[in-house]
Amino acid sequence: MRMDITDFYDTFFEEAEELLADMERHLLELDVDEPDTEQLNAIFRAAHSIKGGAGTFGFDILQKTTHLFENLLDHTRKGELTLRRDIVDTFLETKDMLNDQLDAYRNGDEPDQEAFERICRTLQQIALEEIGQDLEGGTGAAPKPAAPPKTPEPEPQATDGAAGEGERLVVTLLNVGEKDRQLLVEELAQLGDVIAQGGDESRYEVTLASSVSGDDIEAVMCFIVDADQVQIRSAPHGQAAQAEAMTETVQPAEATPPKPDAEPANSAAASAGNEKQVTTASAPRTKSKGKPKAKSGGESTSIRVSVDKVDQIINLVGELIITQSMLDQTVSELDVVSDGALLNGMSLLQRNARDLQEAVMSIRMIPMDFVFSRFPRVVRETAGKLGKEIELVTEGESTELDKSLTERIIDPLTHLVRNSLDHGIEPPDVREAAGKSRTGKLVLSAKHQGGNIIIEVIDDGAGLNRDRLLTKARENGLPVSDTMSDDEVWQLIFAPGFSTAKEVTDVSGRGVGMDVVKRNIQGMGGHVQIMSRPGEGTTIRIVLPLTLAILDGMSIKVGSEMFILPLSAVLESLQPAKEDLYAMAGDDVVLKVRDEYLPVVAVHEALDVPDAKTELTETIAVIVQGEGRRYALLVDDLVGQQQVVVKNLETNYRKVPGVSAATILGDGSVALILDITGLHRLSRAKKEKRRPERKPSLEALTDQELET
Amino acid sequence: MNQTNEAALAAAEAHNREFLVFSLGDEEYAVDILKVQEIRGYENVTRIANAPDFIKGVTNLRGVIVPIVDLRIKFHLDKVEYGGQTVVIVVNVEDRVVGIVVDGVSDVMTLSPEQIKPAPEFGVTLSSDFLSGLGSLEDRMLVIVDIDKLLTSDEMELVERVAE
Repeated sequence: MRMDITDFYDTFFEEAEELLADMERHLLELDVDEPDTEQLNAIFRAAHSIKGGAGTFGFDILQKTTHLFENLLDHTRKGELTLRRDIVDTFLETKDMLNDQLDAYRNGDEPDQEAFERICRTLQQIALEEIGQDLEGGTGAAPKPAAPPKTPEPEPQATDGAAGEGERLVVTLLNVGEKDRQLLVEELAQLGDVIAQGGDESRYEVTLASSVSGDDIEAVMCFIVDADQVQIRSAPHGQAAQAEAMTETVQPAEATPPKPDAEPANSAAASAGNEKQVTTASAPRTKSKGKPKAKSGGESTSIRVSVDKVDQIINLVGELIITQSMLDQTVSELDVVSDGALLNGMSLLQRNARDLQEAVMSIRMIPMDFVFSRFPRVVRETAGKLGKEIELVTEGESTELDKSLTERIIDPLTHLVRNSLDHGIEPPDVREAAGKSRTGKLVLSAKHQGGNIIIEVIDDGAGLNRDRLLTKARENGLPVSDTMSDDEVWQLIFAPGFSTAKEVTDVSGRGVGMDVVKRNIQGMGGHVQIMSRPGEGTTIRIVLPLTLAILDGMSIKVGSEMFILPLSAVLESLQPAKEDLYAMAGDDVVLKVRDEYLPVVAVHEALDVPDAKTELTETIAVIVQGEGRRYALLVDDLVGQQQVVVKNLETNYRKVPGVSAATILGDGSVALILDITGLHRLSRAKKEKRRPERKPSLEALTDQELET
Repeated sequence: MNQTNEAALAAAEAHNREFLVFSLGDEEYAVDILKVQEIRGYENVTRIANAPDFIKGVTNLRGVIVPIVDLRIKFHLDKVEYGGQTVVIVVNVEDRVVGIVVDGVSDVMTLSPEQIKPAPEFGVTLSSDFLSGLGSLEDRMLVIVDIDKLLTSDEMELVERVAE
């Protein structure tokens, strides 16, 4: 039986990534003055597991880095190394480095050698300075007083392992059936020379001469049997490498199902005369308190599935819904009496299809915790750089959002958080002088509201400065006036190249970014609102649709063509009365709706629809709102409301001005989903184009559309 | 001996390429058959506003939104009619699916390299950049279209230029 170990690369990468994320979380939560032993152990375990896996798969640099890191962590958890903030920072940096190395291996590259050496030097230096030890071990560094006592007490063991030269390992199999045992022995023979074997089902020993380390052997065997069924120890042996003596301590391994890096114990060697058995028994068998298992049950209740597969299911369900509504249309013409059974069946199918669709869509939803969990790190680092004291509060971590959106929201949100820390929250002294607590508060919250998710970044800083924004806007040549509403003034910070920071800092203030933030969020079908009070702070609110895959739509008819309006943008609809319509300079028309004058955009004009109703009073005005702008959209008829599956136009075509996407209707034909903001822009550009004295600007608009 | 013959034959055949021959008006064109995904009727096309006239719109191809281009309009043919014979050749070009409207599909031809002559410099309507050559088949001449180049070219306006 041959196993191709490369098959397990992906599993290793994914698990290592999770371990690193775990490690980061623990490092961030760590209280420097009174570190929690449990957390230190968890960090150590993560490093240890990655090291084991890296060794198995031959990722040298990753293994070496984790080895040093693990040793240092081991000293830390034994209390020999006193943590300081800067040491934790170094640990975090090391963790980042491990991430980079992992990425490099994943992409089939070798990790950055220079970075590797640098981090090794840093770690070594900490070891030398803090505990006077060389992490590589074996180089005549100070003896390690703490190591031996901490090692597990040797377990009783059979001793028919032959003594001799070379690396001898005794592999003990506990309660392994005949068939598996044969496989394992064959497997061991691949790894080295089997010198002796014997025993019965409950305890079978194989003595092996091999250059492969115990960790690796165990990792391989764990594919076949559980970790607690295997014990590996060095056979009594004169020469033993001291190198890893200090990491001898075995931590309680988790009773996890076989996997490549299932907590391989560090069994490389035993120091002379001190025969230690290293196993991965599932019971906590090291020093101290019987620790609870780190994670329990979590793995058995969820499975890892690639996003592609989920998307495929979603697409198929979308097709099913379309087919179902096609059938529905055909069946609706049938007679209720003669075809009652069929009609009943159809309505059952419809209900089932909707339920299925909802269930499938929920697969894609992941909690906001996925996004928020990375902010403690961002806040900590940024606050450190700026010399500010910040308390980060997150609310609504369990709010769920479509996975594709969570991924895309991270960058804009990071930018907003940095911005709040840099420009919003004042330095401690200033805060104190203003009668606030020295520690600034930054709140990240998420909640559902209708079909939207609302994400807020709230700081209790100085708030936006209206005068400064206006001054700056004038300097930049933006058209502003003192009578602008606060909301309009706040929106100025999203203008390209706009920055009110007095000086450019490392963190922000270059004036690039806020416009990108706004564009990104608009690209996701959302928008940004700002609320700010001088001296009390600023709230930036991002409103996003819950999912991009399905849209609550209102179908409208113009001429013979059908379009879909996003229901979230529709405020109301009404039949315009003649006395409420006012013509303005040229061909512009405004509609008076309850003391408000709204610009009018006719769909047939913007989209060149033939045979549409041109008499304004015969049309229906749908009042829509997009990006804070309200206007009346003239359509011929309202057809109905329905959920539509959003289909990207750009997959095979390109972006169309005034159109955000397409969908497939019940009859199998394609309908375009209108982009409320884009439509307004398009109609204005068209009107300008019609004026002979002006240069046509439709091209300019298309270009602008392209950029966004 | 037999084997060597077969090998030689296979080698020769390896250079032969198969083309789908379609007609636009009275002219015969050909595209590499490996680019063709399927052939279907012209129906249910949703118009796209503010697009060039040769882009007829988009259609639903089993859940995928596919743009439909009328090559007859693009090539300035006099007679553009939509009837029972009008078909759409669905081609797969650089991971994009595009339908092209033609007057009819006649057959599949195998052309050897010797049968494909280089295309002369043409006028403005159809730049020779978009042609792989001219196929000569007894008394017929096939204009072999380089469908990749044609459909991804700027002037087809099907593909967005890479954003700067």
